[in-house]
Amino acid sequence: MVHWSAEEKQLISSVWGKVNVEECGAEALARLLIVYPWTQRFFSDFGNLSSPTAITGNPKVRAHGKKVLTSFGEAIKNLDNIKGTFSKLSELHCEKLHVDPENFRLLGDILVIVLASHFGRDFTPACQFAWQKLVGVVAHALARKYH
Amino acid sequence: MVLSSADKNNVKGVFAKIGGQAEAYGAETLERDVMFAAYPQTKTYFPHFDLGKGSAQVKGHGKKVAAALVEAANNIDDIAGTLSKLSDLHAQKLRVDPVNFKLLGQCFLVVVASHNPAVLTPEVHASLDKFLCAVGNVLTAKYR
Repeated sequence: MVHWSAEEKQLISSVWGKVNVEECGAEALARLLIVYPWTQRFFSDFGNLSSPTAITGNPKVRAHGKKVLTSFGEAIKNLDNIKGTFSKLSELHCEKLHVDPENFRLLGDILVIVLASHFGRDFTPACQFAWQKLVGVVAHALARKYH
Repeated sequence: MVLSSADKNNVKGVFAKIGGQAEAYGAETLERDVMFAAYPQTKTYFPHFDLGKGSAQVKGHGKKVAAALVEAANNIDDIAGTLSKLSDLHAQKLRVDPVNFKLLGQCFLVVVASHNPAVLTPEVHASLDKFLCAVGNVLTAKYR
């Protein structure tokens, strides 16, 4: 089980409390598809992904980004049992979606950058540390049921 | 991974906007990377450093790293040539495991994002990420 210090929990929840899940989620997913274009391979039915502008404005990208980040919120509600929280999602990503777990790490890093851009100086090194740890734990949990 | 001319322009644009702040960004990057990284492995390269908060050694080293990035951006058509000596150093003496360049890159992007969110559009983000990858590749090119 992952240990979270009181400070880490506080840093995570105080940031999360100010996050616009729809906007952040949309931006994180769009940046993933733009910065690492090979990740588009999972979204062939999303329509126009032909340029950064198209990706950013794509309603399916926005909706899916919101979905992904909303799900991420479940981890934050259940910091002491992230493994259990994402057990079924892990199976889904392996068996149905066939997503290489490396992509969870990529999205996690992008999310940290998006948070940094939104929170500026408030996204302190200690904050980054807590969130890098969180995205790492989430990525690990999502990869855990792979076989 | 090849830097297009759009990438090169984006990278030069970032460093132009950062300007004299580059050294400070470098210092903060290293603070985030080495002192606070979720990956304690980065500390193993600095056993001889004071890694406490506000460490002058970490700041100083961050400035060096930033200076190298600026140099690479200013000579973006020949990163390999520009960083050749640094590449030798990393291969023969420092031997920093290649994975760590990605971590440093992540921290640099976080610093740019937190100080200059308007600069880091998705397109610029992509170009800067590619540039940092290219620098990492050059620095590890002679490892074996």
